[in-house]
Amino acid sequence: MKKKGIKIIIAFILFLLALVINFNNEWINNVIYIIAYIIVGFEIVKKAVRNITRGKVFDENFLMTIATLGAFGIGEFPEAVAVMLFYQVGELFQSYAVDKSRKSISNLMDIRPDFANVERNGKVEKVDPDDVKIGEIIVVKPGEKIPLDGKVIEGRTSLDTKALTGESLPREVIEGEDVLSGCINLNGVIKVKVTKEYGESTVSKILDLVENASSKKSKSENFITKFAQYYTPIVVIIAVILAIIPPLVIEGAVFSDWIYRALSFLVVSCPCALVISIPLSFFGGIGGASKMGILVKGSNYLEALSNTETIVFDKTGTLTEGVFEVQKIKAKDISEEELLKIAAYAENYSNHPISISLKNAYNKDINEDEIKKSEEIAGMGIVARIGEQDVLVGNEKLMKEKGIQFEKSSDVGTILYVAIENKYVGYILISDKIKKDSKKAILELKKNHIKQTVMLTGDKKDVGENVAKELGLDKAYTELLPDGKVEKVESLLKEKSQKGKLAFVGDGINDAPVLALADIGIAMGGLGSDAAIEAADVVLMTDEPSKIVNAIQLSKKTMRIVKENIIFAISVKVAILILSALGIATMWAAVFADVGVSVIAIINALRVLRVKNSI
Amino acid sequence: MKSKFKVKGLDCANCAAELERAIQKLEGVVSANISFMTERMELEHDETKKEEIIQKVKKVIKKEEPDVTIEEV
Repeated sequence: MKKKGIKIIIAFILFLLALVINFNNEWINNVIYIIAYIIVGFEIVKKAVRNITRGKVFDENFLMTIATLGAFGIGEFPEAVAVMLFYQVGELFQSYAVDKSRKSISNLMDIRPDFANVERNGKVEKVDPDDVKIGEIIVVKPGEKIPLDGKVIEGRTSLDTKALTGESLPREVIEGEDVLSGCINLNGVIKVKVTKEYGESTVSKILDLVENASSKKSKSENFITKFAQYYTPIVVIIAVILAIIPPLVIEGAVFSDWIYRALSFLVVSCPCALVISIPLSFFGGIGGASKMGILVKGSNYLEALSNTETIVFDKTGTLTEGVFEVQKIKAKDISEEELLKIAAYAENYSNHPISISLKNAYNKDINEDEIKKSEEIAGMGIVARIGEQDVLVGNEKLMKEKGIQFEKSSDVGTILYVAIENKYVGYILISDKIKKDSKKAILELKKNHIKQTVMLTGDKKDVGENVAKELGLDKAYTELLPDGKVEKVESLLKEKSQKGKLAFVGDGINDAPVLALADIGIAMGGLGSDAAIEAADVVLMTDEPSKIVNAIQLSKKTMRIVKENIIFAISVKVAILILSALGIATMWAAVFADVGVSVIAIINALRVLRVKNSI
Repeated sequence: MKSKFKVKGLDCANCAAELERAIQKLEGVVSANISFMTERMELEHDETKKEEIIQKVKKVIKKEEPDVTIEEV
């Protein structure tokens, strides 16, 4: 690239020299022009000759060669050099831009670990991450990347997960917690037991995904390559006609005039600038998205996102945390603390998420000697004897069954009524917490012209509808079995307009069929869930639903730039073609228009790379 | 089955598109997808004749874009 730049500069100096200074003898000027041409254009002419022997008539090298040699032929020396010179400037700029955006993406993806410190026979060895086996212990020091997925067995530290999630706050990890490859260890030394081989680790999965991202092309890309396929031959054929017919038909027309106009056509016939600016925009869009922790699997999905009309959410784990928590304790005649303790003791032997949440809320050691009896009655609750008291913990049905007088609560969620010695003492409300940014996400989606937001859940009617109401969702379908979700999505797909797209957002667990069915499948919290990365078209690396808003805004920005480029480039080219056919635009104008269009389209495309990480 | 290749020496986006079209026409190739930006090619082809098809693809590349080389990943 540097060599090419030097050639262009030398040729440009010679070109200016010949243009500005009059050497008294026209031949001296012409010789300087020819030297400049050879310096800057030899490569192109060589390629043109090589390609023409293969029958590639519409090759751009060949077209440029014909245009410039033609200009020499009709005595337009400065034009000949200028065409070649500026064509090369355009090419140079193009490869600079492509290089720049490729680099900015590979920097972004600079999460590939180079080595792993593995403990073998009591010593720490530095090895290739590929050579580490499951079950081996690796040591990660501050400043190093975690090379493989695993579990912390010793030490604590904070991790920088920015490259994976776009999240700038460090994440604290302690013994027993899982860590993901690609995170950077910030301060403490940790020992990690490897749980996945390198090839299966998060870091390889993500790198693979990003490297192959643009393999699925968008409609705009296909349109533009198709356009180029016809555009060039048509323009070349018109150029030939323009050079031959008018001088024969129009009285007084001169061949050299019309050849000049035809040559301008050839200059404008190159489709490359147009063709490059579109994938460049999409590439930038995909790169910008991954900067925010949003992985888009192909240009086609980025394009589809901009037409999103309906968004269907799964509830648990997507809009809510998917973790049950004690929300409210309402005691009667005893203290809240006492009520919680009794319930936690009674539920001690159960592994149900509800009892786990009770024990978490109680957060003290349970003296199992006090639990004299604990018996689960399916679908109702638990009958227990704690200390010297008979205890009932369960739902409405249990209270009614045992004939307990209780006050029915109007709270929404799972309600555990508690009775001691057949006397009602209060209730505990347990429910799934709504994620912090869910409400904001729905509001912002509305602002971004999403027509319909729908929630699907297998949860009970009152729980589901309450969440939907609180978040301001348009519709909620509750008590659905997995195949019920598929049916609902199918009918929603039929309802939407032809052009509009339906996106389904799920946490990737059990959602694979719906993710595949939707126009765009979006998986949440892609970190750690292989199924999600496999099945979805878009993977949100964090658990935040608000990232969907970022993704849609980015896709709209990308599409706007793509459309601007298509319209701008085609209209300038067509305008120049008409003006040159009429003899108004000179070959100079054609060159500037052609190269100028490429440069502007590329600069415009590079704009996508600049993204703000917020909504 | 699908195979992935690293594509080196692509000059321009249009050349990539032309090459893609030429490869798609080959017998045994179900689909070919070349990304100029990522310099990757995804080739979906007949499982039984993989080597034969890759040879054909290489031949087409030599004819269309002699500076381009491919390497399976």
